[in-house]
Amino acid sequence: MPDLIDIRRVFTQVEEIRHEFGPPPPAPLLRGAIAVVMTNPYAGRYEADILPMMKALEPVGVDMAERLLAAMDVPREAVATYGKGAIVGAAGELEHGALWHVPGGYAMRELLGWKGDRAAYVAGQGSGTTKGQPGNALAIVPSTKKVGPPGAALDVPLTNINASYVRGQFDAIEVRIPGAPASDEVAYILAMTTGYRVHARVGGLRAEDIAQWDGLR
Amino acid sequence: MSIDIRKIVVQVDETRQEQGQRIEPPTRRAVAMAVIANPYAGRFSENLDELVAAGEELGGLLGDKCVKALGIAPGEAESYGKAAIVGEGGELEHAAAVLHPKLGAPLRQAVEKGAALVPSAKKRGTLGTAIDVPLGHKDAAYVRSHFDAVEARVSDAPRAGEIVVCVAVTDSGRPLPRIGGLTTAEIKGEDGLR
Repeated sequence: MPDLIDIRRVFTQVEEIRHEFGPPPPAPLLRGAIAVVMTNPYAGRYEADILPMMKALEPVGVDMAERLLAAMDVPREAVATYGKGAIVGAAGELEHGALWHVPGGYAMRELLGWKGDRAAYVAGQGSGTTKGQPGNALAIVPSTKKVGPPGAALDVPLTNINASYVRGQFDAIEVRIPGAPASDEVAYILAMTTGYRVHARVGGLRAEDIAQWDGLR
Repeated sequence: MSIDIRKIVVQVDETRQEQGQRIEPPTRRAVAMAVIANPYAGRFSENLDELVAAGEELGGLLGDKCVKALGIAPGEAESYGKAAIVGEGGELEHAAAVLHPKLGAPLRQAVEKGAALVPSAKKRGTLGTAIDVPLGHKDAAYVRSHFDAVEARVSDAPRAGEIVVCVAVTDSGRPLPRIGGLTTAEIKGEDGLR
């Protein structure tokens, strides 16, 4: 069996949003995404046990999160929202994209100083953190995935790293890799931003008012 | 008057493997895109000086962004290209005003030298329109291994009164060049061609 991880291409994009026809904020909003295009080891057939790939993706995720932070060129404390996604080439299935849920989410939480129980997280038994305590990266990492052709665009959702209900930070970033994924490839994606939509003004919970530290509010 | 930049997008595309062959070191192409207001949208203006000035400012800004995103010294840049997508309220000549008179000199400064023509493309488009930015070796246009193009696109631009201005810089040619022609080792770099 060849190595499960066979990276073909790495694609990063960073957006600096200065305004959207309204008053410019004191600092531009930064939104970044990184996509790794790799061989889909399960393309072209039904494979019942795909969990080895989930494990193998863990170091890939950690490396991607670090590369994305470096591309955004901000301290990690500046990261306010995150999201993740996957685009599976035509010879694969949606479930191959779902392999990204644990390693992708874990990678950014690790980067941002999450102190939860990793084993519980992998097993899907909650974050293992104690409610009521301030912490980092307590919120679920929102995600989208699809099966698509080369150049397919994926809207990756973004929400606050500590409280999913911070309304002014609900957002999404479009990620599209020209020429990928080919049918036997899969693209795994991470995204992060530095905060509020550029002219956010529809009310709701503000990040400074997070009080429950339960990942939601 | 300084240009009104709404957003800047920088992307890096790194190819580590192609057709089962490992690319060592990986080929890397950076594109920096600025979404600017088009001061001449919706009317005919004989004079396009504001966009000429915008081009001069953006050549350095976007060239520097690409070099920084690649993490290289300016002299390590190998190929370059430029392009613009004009929103519906503008005309093709607006793209020409940004790209041709003054963008090149500060871009060449950003990549050190640059004896060759900066290859270009332009079109009118709408939100999410993609443009293929042509790439050629910065010191010798006939270097065959570096004939290439990289796709640029901003999902929410250009709106009708905007222009997307793109600069691309690489530190490499195509991943697996093997069709002969002038090689980088043979460059004289005097006339910009060979």
